[in-house]
Amino acid sequence: MLSMRYLKLWVGGVILLVLCVCGVAAPLLAPRDPQAQTLEDRLRPPRWVENGSTAYLLGTDNLGRDMLSRIIYGSRISLMVGVATVICAGLLGCVLGAIAGYFGSTADEIVSKISEIFLAFPFLLIAIAIMAFLGQGVGNLIMALMLSRWVQFCRVVRGEVFSIKERDFVTAAKALGGRDWYVLFRHVVPNTYASVTVIATFGMAVVIITEASLSFLGLGVPVHIPTWGSMLSEGRSYINRAPWLTIFPGLAIFITVFGINLLGDGLRDVFDPKLRRQR
Amino acid sequence: MNKLSRRIVGAIPVIIGISFLIFLLMHIAPGDPVALLLGDDATPADIERTRREWGLDKPLLVQYWDFLSRAVVGDFGRSLKFNEPVMKLVAERLPATLELAFVSLCVAILISVPLGVYSAIKHNSLLDHAGMSIALIGVSLPNFWLGIMLIYFLGGQLNLLPVAGRIEYGIEIKSITGLYLVDSVLAGNFAGFWSAMQHLLMPAVCLGTSLAAIVTRISRSSVLEVMRQDYVTTARAKGLSEKNVIWRHILRNALITIVTILGLQLGALLNGSVVTETVFSYPGIGELLIQSISARDYKLTQVLILMFAVTYFFVNLLVDLLYSWIDPRIKF
Repeated sequence: MLSMRYLKLWVGGVILLVLCVCGVAAPLLAPRDPQAQTLEDRLRPPRWVENGSTAYLLGTDNLGRDMLSRIIYGSRISLMVGVATVICAGLLGCVLGAIAGYFGSTADEIVSKISEIFLAFPFLLIAIAIMAFLGQGVGNLIMALMLSRWVQFCRVVRGEVFSIKERDFVTAAKALGGRDWYVLFRHVVPNTYASVTVIATFGMAVVIITEASLSFLGLGVPVHIPTWGSMLSEGRSYINRAPWLTIFPGLAIFITVFGINLLGDGLRDVFDPKLRRQR
Repeated sequence: MNKLSRRIVGAIPVIIGISFLIFLLMHIAPGDPVALLLGDDATPADIERTRREWGLDKPLLVQYWDFLSRAVVGDFGRSLKFNEPVMKLVAERLPATLELAFVSLCVAILISVPLGVYSAIKHNSLLDHAGMSIALIGVSLPNFWLGIMLIYFLGGQLNLLPVAGRIEYGIEIKSITGLYLVDSVLAGNFAGFWSAMQHLLMPAVCLGTSLAAIVTRISRSSVLEVMRQDYVTTARAKGLSEKNVIWRHILRNALITIVTILGLQLGALLNGSVVTETVFSYPGIGELLIQSISARDYKLTQVLILMFAVTYFFVNLLVDLLYSWIDPRIKF
């Protein structure tokens, strides 16, 4: 169904757009400083619950910090880590996958062996291992997630390049005197963009959940930076007294990942003619 | 050499590569693990002595060789936090994780395969759309959040299930295999079985949900793909009943993809077990890993990560072997 396909794209796109606006305009949108503590207002429930305050729409945490502001600021980290990781992992994976697929033989052997090692790790575990040894920090987090995600891009691009390089237009480009590197990056790689876009979208959803998981385990960004995962972890101790401390950050992660997955589904439907026939 | 032997021999350099990567990570880490572990009160002489005792003063490659040669005979050293042999700690905790992974896998299969197959058979119906929407929601749910919500609603508000641990305090199960469900059945201890099952239920649902969501989607698309094959049309044309066509011709062929995905997703179960065990304070390998990281017990961390990776690698190999059993056309 064409309309259903575009509905997914639209809904997913709008959710991602809202997330981007929240992240970029956090200082303008957040009603309060996410770090400001008002101890007399600690564990204040959301506005619509009994004892809720009009000053705090989603309530406050155990240190009297505004939950809404922290959730808005938390989107910054999710978005930044998600986008940066997908770009870095995508670039690394695409370049290595393209080289392996196009040149084959030794280049392919080396890249395949390296990918096999990375594929032998469950991706969260690679990230846990790197963060455990390198310590908390946004840079380390992006590097850890990039090292756990590049293989997916590499495998897909390698496979696609293998088939694209046999096509007539590539032979024609070579016959016209195009050098290998030129043919590869000017004619072959652009034909993999559709698949790469779909993997990048789904990859971003996985990265956001992984970032939240790492922050939840205390292995993500430093504790003073508000993230959805660390908010969940802090709120866990107050689950029976103040359930909003875990409900809202979790909902924020869920809605974001749901939106990105919808967008990925929509993009896959648009790009994959085989799936289009199935529907 | 056949393909299976080649895969097993090919595993050796990959495992060496993994172990070297983990070893290297530990050594490029900022800060001295010895100084961090001994704390602020340790004098430089104490730190130096401990470094010598642990062999950390030797060149990197020599240390790696020592580690590898001991690992081959199953000696992974002692945990710095627990002061016990690493393998003893692993052996104590491993059955709990295996039990959790197995029950989660059962939960995932029980939900996903019928839902996926039924969605495909009733393609484009309301039920199909509902099934796929549920699957999309399942894929997007962070399992640690789901776990906390289950604890809040089922454990806290409704008081239906225990929220932490592996068995109720006071109930003893004689250890035979280490798997509480199996051991309690073998010993005829049904109170133990019931308690272990209750403790497993929430973590297993939490861990199995995202796997169920993925497998539902794959099952549906795999069945849809098979339904369009000519041999299915032939089966219908020769007058076979719909039940026969579905069970003997469609499901049998769709099973290959479903098993592949289940196998590949076992890695996701290992991933998830780290987080789920932490949420439910479930005493398995995942929780031990987080404890060892928090305590900066680098020896234990190193071995646990290596163990996870090697297990994952061999599970994938096992899945490859399963193919030839499901589809006799595939030979090793």
